[in-house]
Amino acid sequence: MSTGLKGWKDIPIGGMILEAGNSAEYETGGWRTFRPVMDKEKCKNCLFCWIYCPDSAIQVENEKIKEIDLKYCKGCGICAAECPAKAIEMVEEGKL
Amino acid sequence: MATLKELSKREELLAGGHRLCAGCGASIVVRQILLAAGKNVVVSCSTGCLEVATSIYPYTSWRVPFFHSAFENSAATICGVEAMYQLQKRKGKLPVDEEIKFIGLGGDGGTYDIGLQSLSGGLERGHDFLFVCYDNGAYMNTGIQRSSATPLGAATTTSPAGKVIPGKTQYRKDLTDIVEAHHIPYLAQASPHNWKDLNKKVEKALSIRGPKFLNVIAPCHRGWRSGINEAISLSKLAVDTCFWPLYEIENGKLTINYKPKNKKPLTEWMKLQGRFKHLFKPENEHILQQLQQGIDCKWNNLLKREEVEKPC
Repeated sequence: MSTGLKGWKDIPIGGMILEAGNSAEYETGGWRTFRPVMDKEKCKNCLFCWIYCPDSAIQVENEKIKEIDLKYCKGCGICAAECPAKAIEMVEEGKL
Repeated sequence: MATLKELSKREELLAGGHRLCAGCGASIVVRQILLAAGKNVVVSCSTGCLEVATSIYPYTSWRVPFFHSAFENSAATICGVEAMYQLQKRKGKLPVDEEIKFIGLGGDGGTYDIGLQSLSGGLERGHDFLFVCYDNGAYMNTGIQRSSATPLGAATTTSPAGKVIPGKTQYRKDLTDIVEAHHIPYLAQASPHNWKDLNKKVEKALSIRGPKFLNVIAPCHRGWRSGINEAISLSKLAVDTCFWPLYEIENGKLTINYKPKNKKPLTEWMKLQGRFKHLFKPENEHILQQLQQGIDCKWNNLLKREEVEKPC
């Protein structure tokens, strides 16, 4: 989340945004009502969840799924719907 | 042709934290395009969901240079940037051995309707750019108003289904055909469910000099009144029903990139979307038939044309 609103003296001239991709500071994970829970044993690392994630929330390391970044995951469930191995389950937040 | 494993090693150029809806098709399309294009691109975007949600001040989700000027001039903007780039290169102010690519983006509102003249101008002048339309079939950003990409019979807030009209009463515009009439070197239709095909098309388009065009279907569950997790399955069905055929036209020659083994009836795709719900009432059956006939006609013409254009 933002650290609060800045005054005009704090904002760069022209309202420039100085860092590319700084929306990463804005965590959209709070939108989520269902959380994707991955069963690593079932996962075959086909990376379909990664290529189909609208929120760049699936982290891949060395060609393998590392984790689902809950900071950005909005809980749409496309990963669970498209997973050929049925390794992802959508669980309601608060019922974990 | 990159595999998913190879693609996964590339840098993620669309940062998370953008404010597009959960389950949005547009961001899937953009992520796949940027993965194929790489970092040496400049992007312009017309006003629309994608633009407003990825550039809310003081944030930006773009890790590549990104321009937004207005609704109608995404193509004109990127053409201007490209022209200046070529000039600076000629003047020796920019390195000659480095190749920067230019991508214009727009939704169907910003491409089929409001930005059509600037796109047409850019294509005709022959700038070296790729224009990508993510087609979700209505003005979703402002609350689902009909556009010229909205299919016949679809309910939107400005073509509401009720006693007076059964949803939109006009056919959708075939933009890919209109773009083809500009005689550009490369144009194609793609879908995010077939990432391999989309990836290949972006790579191919960017390797060709001159104006290129890609029309990509981008399901919108708010406007289509479908499930939040159905963006990929609906784009697949759109292709399997031949509502959205995957084809490319390179130097005037058509290639169909995917032919469904069992072409599914259009209703398979439509019944999952609330915007078509009213069409399943007995009094609207003729609209369903009309839609199916239109799709069959277009698909058969594509098949025939491909056959004719086959090299001997």
